[in-house]
Amino acid sequence: MAHISSGVACSHVPALGVASDTGISGDDYYGPIFKGFEFSKQWMEQEKPDLIFLVYNDHCTAFDARIIPTFALGCASEYAPADEGWGPRPVPVVKGHPELSAHIAQSLVLDSFDITIMNEMEVDHGLTVPLTMMFGQPDQWPCPVVPLAVNVVQYPAPLGSRCYALGKAIRKAIESYPEDLKVCVFGTGGMSHQLQHERAGLINSAWDERFMNLLVNDPDQGSMIEHIEYLREAGSEGIELVMWYVMRGALNRNVEEIHRFYHVPASNTAVGHMILENRP
Amino acid sequence: MGQQKLYDDIPGTIVFDSDQAAKGYQLNQFCISLRLAPNREAFKENPESYIDQFPMTPEQREAALNQQWNRLLELGGNIYYTSKLAAYHGINFQELAGLMTGKGSTAYREMMVAGGRPIDGNRYKSEWEDK
Repeated sequence: MAHISSGVACSHVPALGVASDTGISGDDYYGPIFKGFEFSKQWMEQEKPDLIFLVYNDHCTAFDARIIPTFALGCASEYAPADEGWGPRPVPVVKGHPELSAHIAQSLVLDSFDITIMNEMEVDHGLTVPLTMMFGQPDQWPCPVVPLAVNVVQYPAPLGSRCYALGKAIRKAIESYPEDLKVCVFGTGGMSHQLQHERAGLINSAWDERFMNLLVNDPDQGSMIEHIEYLREAGSEGIELVMWYVMRGALNRNVEEIHRFYHVPASNTAVGHMILENRP
Repeated sequence: MGQQKLYDDIPGTIVFDSDQAAKGYQLNQFCISLRLAPNREAFKENPESYIDQFPMTPEQREAALNQQWNRLLELGGNIYYTSKLAAYHGINFQELAGLMTGKGSTAYREMMVAGGRPIDGNRYKSEWEDK
């Protein structure tokens, strides 16, 4: 049977993709950030998941304002990197696992999560930057990915508590799939940042630290953080941190924090990254 | 519409909620159309006739043509959309933030390197009244 072994939380700042793609990831500005992921790449080589379930948000790429699904599950056999306005990122096409996706889609709907099914979808930096941070620049991504796109662009994003419950339902779905697969779940986005209007540039490191501590040790409480708190304390775009709770919900109550990295800034954003392993 | 919202008292912030989204639909669709190269070419060739394919308000049209970044957000634009218009003009995300804050890119970048805009003094509109 399939099982979930670990979770990764990771910002998906587009500038990190650009830094990797243009060969400046070792410079004074980006070097310290990529250094924070060196351990993670080694850990990934040991962990060797058979599949990644990746929670991210699309930035008006696959979905513009015409269609805004709150939760959209990728069910395709592959996902091409999208042109976000300056050409597609020069990274490998992301392979999917349509059979597992179909199983998860069915399981979720029967579990009262009425998700949208995407049989064709291009993916933007929200999905490909975390892969770059965790795997570097391989010719092919080492394993297939099942993507879940969450609306965090138009307010309201789904509640943290709803994301947490969805994570639990995803776990149930994965654990009822007959193929023997080791799955790592990614929750991406964050941390505190505001990209817009006069308060742009907001960073709240103390809040970010509290958020990470709650995520590990008391997710029941952390998942109850209200939208107004995200908006005020973590910035209007920091609300995308609800996606980390989908990942957390898919893990055991008891996890071991293997790695934590936090850095300010990458472009407009505080970068946060954690690796959590399931413990009995 | 018009009702008091919990987030109305956050300073320097336009929450892109359903009211804003309804107001800004055509504006945002215009901005996102510039993601694709043929559309960027068409806009370059004749900005006015290109933008007129999107039936937005005269205020939105003017703000878009004149690169009034904060005004675009106030009129229903969303940053992930307006950033595509900025990219068309060769302005990246950090430079755009520098413009919206009124700091300019250099001072804004320095603020970010120094740890960003602190949360203290930036939670409530009342804290900005003396600014």
